[in-house]
Amino acid sequence: MSLDKEKIKHVAKLARISVDDAKVESLTKDLNSIFKFIEQLNELNTDKVEPLTSILNQSLRSRKDEISDGKIREKVLKNSPKENEEFFVVPKVVE
Amino acid sequence: MADITNQSLNEIIENVKTKKVSSTDLTKAYIKNIESAKKLNAFVTTTFDQALDKAKQFDNKPNFDQLLPGIPLAVKDLFCTENTKTTAGSNILNNFIPSYESTVTKNLWNNGSFLLGKLNCDEFAMGSSNETSHYGNVINPVGDQLVPGGSSGGSSSALAADLTPATIGTDTGGSIRQPASFTGTVGLKPTYGLCSRWGIVAFASSLDQAGPMTKTIKDCAIMLESMSGFDEKDSTSINKKKEQYSKNLKDNIEGLKIGIPKEYRVDNMPKEVDELWEKGKKILKDLGAQLIDISLPHTKYALPTYYIVAPAEASSNLARYDGVRYGYRSKQGKDLIEMYEKTRSEGFGDEVKRRILIGTYVLSSGYYDAYYLKAQKVRQLIKKDFDDSFTKIDAILTPSTPSSAFKIGEKTNDPVSMYLNDIFTVPVNLAGLPALSMPAGVDKQGYPLGLQLIGKALDEQKILNIGYAFEKNCGFKNEIKKWWS
Repeated sequence: MSLDKEKIKHVAKLARISVDDAKVESLTKDLNSIFKFIEQLNELNTDKVEPLTSILNQSLRSRKDEISDGKIREKVLKNSPKENEEFFVVPKVVE
Repeated sequence: MADITNQSLNEIIENVKTKKVSSTDLTKAYIKNIESAKKLNAFVTTTFDQALDKAKQFDNKPNFDQLLPGIPLAVKDLFCTENTKTTAGSNILNNFIPSYESTVTKNLWNNGSFLLGKLNCDEFAMGSSNETSHYGNVINPVGDQLVPGGSSGGSSSALAADLTPATIGTDTGGSIRQPASFTGTVGLKPTYGLCSRWGIVAFASSLDQAGPMTKTIKDCAIMLESMSGFDEKDSTSINKKKEQYSKNLKDNIEGLKIGIPKEYRVDNMPKEVDELWEKGKKILKDLGAQLIDISLPHTKYALPTYYIVAPAEASSNLARYDGVRYGYRSKQGKDLIEMYEKTRSEGFGDEVKRRILIGTYVLSSGYYDAYYLKAQKVRQLIKKDFDDSFTKIDAILTPSTPSSAFKIGEKTNDPVSMYLNDIFTVPVNLAGLPALSMPAGVDKQGYPLGLQLIGKALDEQKILNIGYAFEKNCGFKNEIKKWWS
């Protein structure tokens, strides 16, 4: 399998990262060499192997569904690049 | 008194307890070292005023019963620290000031220590040389052209240069053990779930673990004891009784069975790495341990598996950096989508982008089974290799890295050659096991090399004990000339 430039532009779109043509060029080279390395896995027959979904010998704990924190709007908004006291602000989405 | 900063953490603690040095004088000594070591670029942020305040508070009202009484500590800049900037080595977090403290650092402070500064690291812990940091390369004190390893490169450099008495890093595929090996220091990646991940900037959540980086094994035990413990805020935290690793440290390893895996070698591995491994085997054997040849047949598939699993998890974790709620926001972008795209393009560096794209691709529709599911199956086989071996042995001895520290720029143009650095460390993360890198010798250039001890899950005490016995009999001394000051 090889990744062509169109595919890389598509994946970059999915990942919400803008890439210019020069970047697509270098990414194509790098990602293809990485995928060549990754595809060594195809040598292995894994038909009868269960996928590993957790390395812990414990299942996830449950807890009471109750509020443990809150009323910290100021703290939550403190690091936002743009806000108006109560909300995060983004570029206009509805005309 | 003689320079206190070149002593081990344990010695420093004794000196504080016996009032040979005050916390304030200790802190001042480290500040002096840090100010004269700017060339190493180990720090992203320093918190000297705050540290001196805490030291003064300690000296006025000392509590010597704590594990880390009045000890200043610098930590990797991946741990969120309340009201102190936390960058994760990235431009996208260049203005991020957490309003909360990570559990692991909070545990350290609750044991009597306080923050001295935040240490440089590869961006989002993605790298093996500290060259992907937005805040510049970190220099290895061993040599002015050498990388300190990565991703906890600021941590290893600061520790080896006496800029902090001990430190903590994170290890997703070798990010504690490889830099420890490159700087002649000790680094431990604990069992997955032993140290809370809460408040640590996430990279690959099923692999990430925080751990200590220290000058000696005893120090490592003290730090692990201080930072570990159950945390209900981390859903994968293990709920078990706290261990007293330092008190229970023993150097008797007679009768222990040490596995030697035949697969832990690479083409063109320098002969010093092999020789050092032989030396390590001999030391353990002379101490009464029994060496047993084992096979971990899927070792060569660990790195390819890692480069599916880790980017897949990273692409999901890093989706949160959108320029809306915190962090950097691009000035460009006429609509919401374009703002996201520009923010992430300008905010992330090249290696992070590569990994997000790999992860996005392997998780995308039509490719999931071929890559991610396949990798999870191979991960099962890798774990089974360890499980099978550990029915007949107590621990495994391997080299930590296939080479010593390399030169800055030597591997930056070839991602795969950079990835190969982690070939001996990555399998442990995939299996969730604890592993220790301990300094063992130097290569022909005089650069440090480490050996790795891998233990069963939650068997940290045993690998610390083996390391303790090894350290006493190895005769390694880290001779670093302070060329930078």
